[in-house]
Amino acid sequence: MPGRLQPSPEFHRPVSDKALKTTPLTDAHRALGARMTEFGGYEMPVQYPEGVLKEHLWTREHAGLFDVSHMGPSFLRLKTLTGDGQADHEAVSALLEPIVCADVKGLKRGQIRYTLLLNEHGGVVDDLMVTRPVPDEAQGVLQIIVNAGTKEGDFARIAAAAGDAAELVRADDRGLIAVQGPEAEAVLAAIIPEVADLSFMTVTNAPYDGGTVVVSRSGYTGEDGFEILVEARSARKLWDRLLEDERAKPIGLGARDSLRLEAGLPLYGHDLDETISPVEADLGFALSKRRRLAEDFPGAARTIGELAGHLTRRRVGLRVLEGAPAREGAEIVGPDGAVIGRVTSGGFSPSLGAPIAMGYVPPELAEPGAKLGVIVRGKRQAAEVVQLPFVTHRYRRKA
Amino acid sequence: MRFTKDHEWVEESGGVVTVGITAYAAEQLGDVVFVELPDVGKSVKAGDPLAVVESVKAASDVYAPLSGEVVEVNTDLPGAPETVNSMPEKDGWFAKLKLSNPAELDGLMDHAAYEQFLSTL
Repeated sequence: MPGRLQPSPEFHRPVSDKALKTTPLTDAHRALGARMTEFGGYEMPVQYPEGVLKEHLWTREHAGLFDVSHMGPSFLRLKTLTGDGQADHEAVSALLEPIVCADVKGLKRGQIRYTLLLNEHGGVVDDLMVTRPVPDEAQGVLQIIVNAGTKEGDFARIAAAAGDAAELVRADDRGLIAVQGPEAEAVLAAIIPEVADLSFMTVTNAPYDGGTVVVSRSGYTGEDGFEILVEARSARKLWDRLLEDERAKPIGLGARDSLRLEAGLPLYGHDLDETISPVEADLGFALSKRRRLAEDFPGAARTIGELAGHLTRRRVGLRVLEGAPAREGAEIVGPDGAVIGRVTSGGFSPSLGAPIAMGYVPPELAEPGAKLGVIVRGKRQAAEVVQLPFVTHRYRRKA
Repeated sequence: MRFTKDHEWVEESGGVVTVGITAYAAEQLGDVVFVELPDVGKSVKAGDPLAVVESVKAASDVYAPLSGEVVEVNTDLPGAPETVNSMPEKDGWFAKLKLSNPAELDGLMDHAAYEQFLSTL
């Protein structure tokens, strides 16, 4: 529903005096003239003075800097190490695997995997990144980054799974900075040269400001780019240093959302929730082969059945062919006008200059080309299922 | 020009008002990417939804500041919604209303009162 012409509910919610958490970069955002909003319990920049549209397009053409320190980085650390790196990695992985669907044991040093935390019904509790660190002394440790809004529950679930065998060390007091876009490598490598050697979904440790940063070649915009976990005391220095490069501009959560939507990437709490399975969410790639064959992940019976064809809904991309953007919650209707699903993320695509959306529809209407409709303010607008992503990913995969 | 607390402006001429949103509102909305205008001939009461304006992130109503009948809409706007940002109080107008109760005009703020109102937000 449209709101009054002022702070619209989600993205212009003014920062009130309730106790919001800050990041090591909150002052930097204010100094840059950002409009701040509440997100996941944090006071975060929704946009800077240039605005969402320009910030979005800048990221696609140059390099965007994002403060993602509100997310939940952590380290799951085996308490008793054998000194055999591979054995220690397998031991810590064995603690996490029962609550996710990834082959964690199979990670190579420095490799990152996107996975899903699942409940016993096979529903998605969160989506997360799990990494096997590079250093010898960090074998038996997993770096796990979860979402801001879900992190307390996630950390409790992971700690419970680990029991007495491992300790979950939170690192969400640190800075987490994403540098995304075709010029991200050039911008970051000028400061941390080691990053040029990384390929997509790998990580390295690098010295910075008398400490160590963890840099991964990853992100959530569909562009090549990096995420840098940096000690709180050095976060502002790194942020300011990155911004000295004229190819880099600060980008707020507004453009982060439109970028990830164009990239077809689901946002937890919107496109994913505890009722939705990995297969329904079209995230089958996150289900590792070993785990699928062993059927040893939470809710495996449901997921295996869905893979065999017993599926009632699937996440799809929609091009809205006329009229207004279809926002989250808008009904999706089939060719006969019956309601078949709802939009879970939707908006205007700055890169395509047209409205796009994601939502769940029955599998028989989920094929690209299917002619559907969306209901916006009581009116049916034509929409068509399209292949995701809307905008081609440009990750730097290993040659 | 007169203003509402919902950040619409009106400019009256011969019993007809031109309606738009203020520069403050346009700045708050951010980049406007879609505008939905009313049909000519539609009758509205003060406070009724008149038009819809959408930014990348959100949809917002534009309310009728005064009661009347829609006699003209800005047909250039749907094809160039960015005009709402670039010239909100000029070429970015939405609609013209033939007033059914011109006395309502007295209830709106003048420029000084609106500036004062903005300073309290």
